[in-house]
Amino acid sequence: MAGPVMEPMLPKSFLISAVRKETPDTFTFELAPANGGIAPYGPGQFNMLYVFGVGEIPISISGDPRKPQTLAHTTRAVGPVTKAMSRLGRGDSLGVRGPYGTQWPVAEAAGRDVVLVAGGIGLAPLRPAIYHIMANRDHYRNCVLLYGARTPQDILFRKDLAQWRASTDIEIHVTVDRGIPCWRENVGVITTLIPKAPFDKLNTVAMVCGPEVMMRFTVMELLQRGVPPQSIYMSMERNMKCGVGFCGHCQHGPTFICKNGPVFRYDLIEEWFAKREI
Amino acid sequence: MIKKTLEPILVEHEFFKGLAKKHLDIIVGCAKNVRFEAGQFVFREGEDANEFFIVRSGKISLETFAPGRGAIIIQTINADDVLGWSWLFPPYKRHFDARALLQTRAISLDGACLRGKCEKDHDLGYELMKRFADIMVNRLQATRMQLLDVYGNSK
Repeated sequence: MAGPVMEPMLPKSFLISAVRKETPDTFTFELAPANGGIAPYGPGQFNMLYVFGVGEIPISISGDPRKPQTLAHTTRAVGPVTKAMSRLGRGDSLGVRGPYGTQWPVAEAAGRDVVLVAGGIGLAPLRPAIYHIMANRDHYRNCVLLYGARTPQDILFRKDLAQWRASTDIEIHVTVDRGIPCWRENVGVITTLIPKAPFDKLNTVAMVCGPEVMMRFTVMELLQRGVPPQSIYMSMERNMKCGVGFCGHCQHGPTFICKNGPVFRYDLIEEWFAKREI
Repeated sequence: MIKKTLEPILVEHEFFKGLAKKHLDIIVGCAKNVRFEAGQFVFREGEDANEFFIVRSGKISLETFAPGRGAIIIQTINADDVLGWSWLFPPYKRHFDARALLQTRAISLDGACLRGKCEKDHDLGYELMKRFADIMVNRLQATRMQLLDVYGNSK
């Protein structure tokens, strides 16, 4: 279990031990502490990563919680901090605060079907949950991963996907919004995979992660399929600054995404979810 | 013989669930098994649209061709999906190419024959129209979501 962070506002220095390019604009860093160890973390939690002299941003942990020697973070270069991050290489240092936030309900899902719905880079925060499920496969019934990406070139973690597929412990369906001639899998939006996915609607835990608009449509489709709102979990994103619920930047209705989330049970945020004024 | 083997499949299919026996009998009478090898076209853009398909296994891409870009896949159709609604609306022409991506087995339904039956029996026409409307709404919603480009770089 993840414990409390002792010095929540003080970054620790980490060194980049490996860089893996996942797609043309997405990369994974493996980070090792310059001194000391890595605080235990759970699937779904995030760290604040600090590029010295540029800024600090929240990034979900994408590595295996059972391998605490290094931290893995998968990032898409879109803003000033992530673009600066993309220019770093092996041996460079980063500040790390965390881990913060709530976790995917891997314990609550025991004995039930699990459907993981990931869109785009949303596969990264779900990957620790998949590692956990695969390592404890006999705790769960049917496990299904539905993954949507923009194009075949944007698919993350190809090696993992191939390994998970080969294991037959999890059924995986991948779809892209825009196909190319050599693509032989699905073309169409992620929601089109939900009606036929093999899970028992009343005995399933759904974990959803991706852009908020994708999660909105996914939740609608899950509800349409008959999954109860209290069985749907999602990882929310807002402008997180402190990471510990002090600053209020990530307020979402009566909650703070950084402290009460990022993983929320849908029925607990339903009232505020998709409200454009929030 | 064909009718005997296809009837239980069509009766069980989600698309036809709830249809009256007399309507199912008409539909079964318009059905036949078909098979497409990987790479084979099911139909081509601009062709007469005189049938639709219930996919039993395999995968079909719905695509169009753009000079300089090649074949652009718009959507894939999988097992249990319904392919083709142009047979229902004038001018009864295909708007896209459909090509089997994998070896595909399907049930072909004679749309030209069913059009005539629907004109004579509006209850059958209404039942089919309701079912196709549902498919069209779902595909319209999916297309809208596709247009949103939800994974694009918004910055």
